[in-house]
Amino acid sequence: MSQRRTIVEKIWDNHIVTAQPGVPSLIYIDLHLCHEVTTPQAFQTLRDRGLKVRRPDLTIATMDHSTPTTPHNLPILDLVGKAQLDQMEKNCADFGIRLYNLKSDKQGIVHVMGPEQGLTQPGMTIVCGDSHTATHGAFGALAFGIGTSQVGQVLATQCLLQQPSKTYAIRVEGKLQPGVTAKDIILAVIAKIGIGGGTECVFEYTGSTIRGLSMEERMTICNMSIEGGARAGLVAPDDTTYQYIAGREFAPKGADWDAALARWRQLPTDHDAEYAHALTLDANELEPMVTFGTNPGMGIAISDNIPDPASVSDPIEKSDLVKALKYMDLQPGQPLKGHPIDVVFVGSCTNSRISDLRAAASIIKGRKVSPKVRMLVVPGSMQVKKQAEAEGLDKIFRDAGADFREAGCSMCLAMNGDQLEPGEYSVSTSNRNFEGRQGKGGRTFLASPLTAAASAIMGVVTDVRTLL
Amino acid sequence: MKFEKIESKIAVLPIDNVDTDQIIPARYLKSISKDGLGEGLFRDWRLNADGSPKPEFVLNKPEAKGVEILVTGDNFGCGSSREHAPWALVQNGIRAVISTSFADIFKGNALKNQLLPVVVPADAHAELLKSPWAVVKIDVVSQKVTLPSGRTVEFPIDAFSKTCLVEGVDELGYMLQQDPAIAAFEAKRVGSVNTLL
Repeated sequence: MSQRRTIVEKIWDNHIVTAQPGVPSLIYIDLHLCHEVTTPQAFQTLRDRGLKVRRPDLTIATMDHSTPTTPHNLPILDLVGKAQLDQMEKNCADFGIRLYNLKSDKQGIVHVMGPEQGLTQPGMTIVCGDSHTATHGAFGALAFGIGTSQVGQVLATQCLLQQPSKTYAIRVEGKLQPGVTAKDIILAVIAKIGIGGGTECVFEYTGSTIRGLSMEERMTICNMSIEGGARAGLVAPDDTTYQYIAGREFAPKGADWDAALARWRQLPTDHDAEYAHALTLDANELEPMVTFGTNPGMGIAISDNIPDPASVSDPIEKSDLVKALKYMDLQPGQPLKGHPIDVVFVGSCTNSRISDLRAAASIIKGRKVSPKVRMLVVPGSMQVKKQAEAEGLDKIFRDAGADFREAGCSMCLAMNGDQLEPGEYSVSTSNRNFEGRQGKGGRTFLASPLTAAASAIMGVVTDVRTLL
Repeated sequence: MKFEKIESKIAVLPIDNVDTDQIIPARYLKSISKDGLGEGLFRDWRLNADGSPKPEFVLNKPEAKGVEILVTGDNFGCGSSREHAPWALVQNGIRAVISTSFADIFKGNALKNQLLPVVVPADAHAELLKSPWAVVKIDVVSQKVTLPSGRTVEFPIDAFSKTCLVEGVDELGYMLQQDPAIAAFEAKRVGSVNTLL
């Protein structure tokens, strides 16, 4: 066959169980990640129909969304949240699924835990009842978020009915300037294409800048593919990928490793393969990014001014911008830099890995968090927490006046009690600035860990380059 | 349940990028069943902090009683994968949402819950936005929407989803019937993790 294929098409072809006319392809799933929020109704479906989990050996669960980030040996005060966690224990016990519960030193945000344990590997199809599943695409896996009905389908059949996606190349070329990070790349991409720009597509991030990024930086970028509307996003695997995976608990060992490596090396997109869409970004020109509005596409460079609805022609777009600025209580044409803030959140599946904590600590070290700001640092997993403590990062944060907590999703979606009060402003390293996302009436500025840390010190939205 | 036709007044929510956090906020996601999720629908747009209704919100207007079709701006249902969003809409009697586009995961979730996502061309959408509470007909079999002006426009739906809706096909049941093909695929599969090791 002479047809040139992209990595997405190769993975797709490798996983077709059946392809019949008039029916979406039946695609095999290599790894199913579960958490407590989007699975209870799926397990109930299995019980109602007397079904088993087809492949408990390809399924793994953790607790992250509803989990308190106060010490895990304390009683859980939120009884509804506790009932959900208890149900997860029961479901995993009844159906024979391995669970990293709150007593496990491997517990963490599902998209931090998977890669950390070596579960996430190139060429796999990976699903989870969570829209940020594309995070695993950093390893050259086709990973996407699914709804609860599909969680039930995968539990029962290890398959999904899927339509093929369109391919979308996002090339980033050049050198990032000091203070500009992977988070700024993805915020710039989304600001450019809008939050529906990747609908029906899978992004492949490519180019010299992406090649130069660490695995954790690639995860940050792939994580927010859904914020550009894409079904998934991925980076073709290379030596950086293989070095990260080697030696982790679930990574192949010995002869299996050599065989895996030979397979993985076949995955990258063929030279001259064609994409349905493409976008190129110049990394040299990027600045630290920050969002001003109520969706992740409403982002600007830190030195830019807040856009003016008067300059927008589409009537719905204009009224949406007016609505966003009203909710955020911001004035068009003004800089966002210097705007007072109340809370800084460093965490979430986007930016809670050890390199994110190191980046934030590098700014915090020897300085104090502004007395006007409450700063939460929430490691993505208990493993990240342990590593941060071994490096003394917890002490740097605490000495500066920040709160260093237990692992979980925390204030990214405010299900666990960590939340903004109505009207409060946060600079957050998470992925969504939707109305009320971090707590009813709360207002979110999305940014990188560096920008978040700098803003915590100054008490206002800050250009981190002034503190480097 | 078979799903062939809807004829209803339309409620118009002319906002682009309505995300699933607005459709149902995360604090309603702690339930382990589907019961009662309807209360969370557009909670923070629909109700004040004290629980009293905001009279200006479209679904609180007296005309909204019995409405089965919601017309919204572009890219409806973006954000989180929570299936609680279509569950909450359906529990409030909504059977179809008309827009110019839908976020992928929401669209898939909707179709699995007898909630029809209908994509119409921009000119038809513009007519609908200008016609709140007008009666609109949707025919799934012929894939046609009859606009308030009487003009009809076609809408796309993949053949399998249409069959599932119209014939009441159980999608999971269909997938379970593929067991021999799945087993054959598994027998040939190489390189896999084992999470239970």
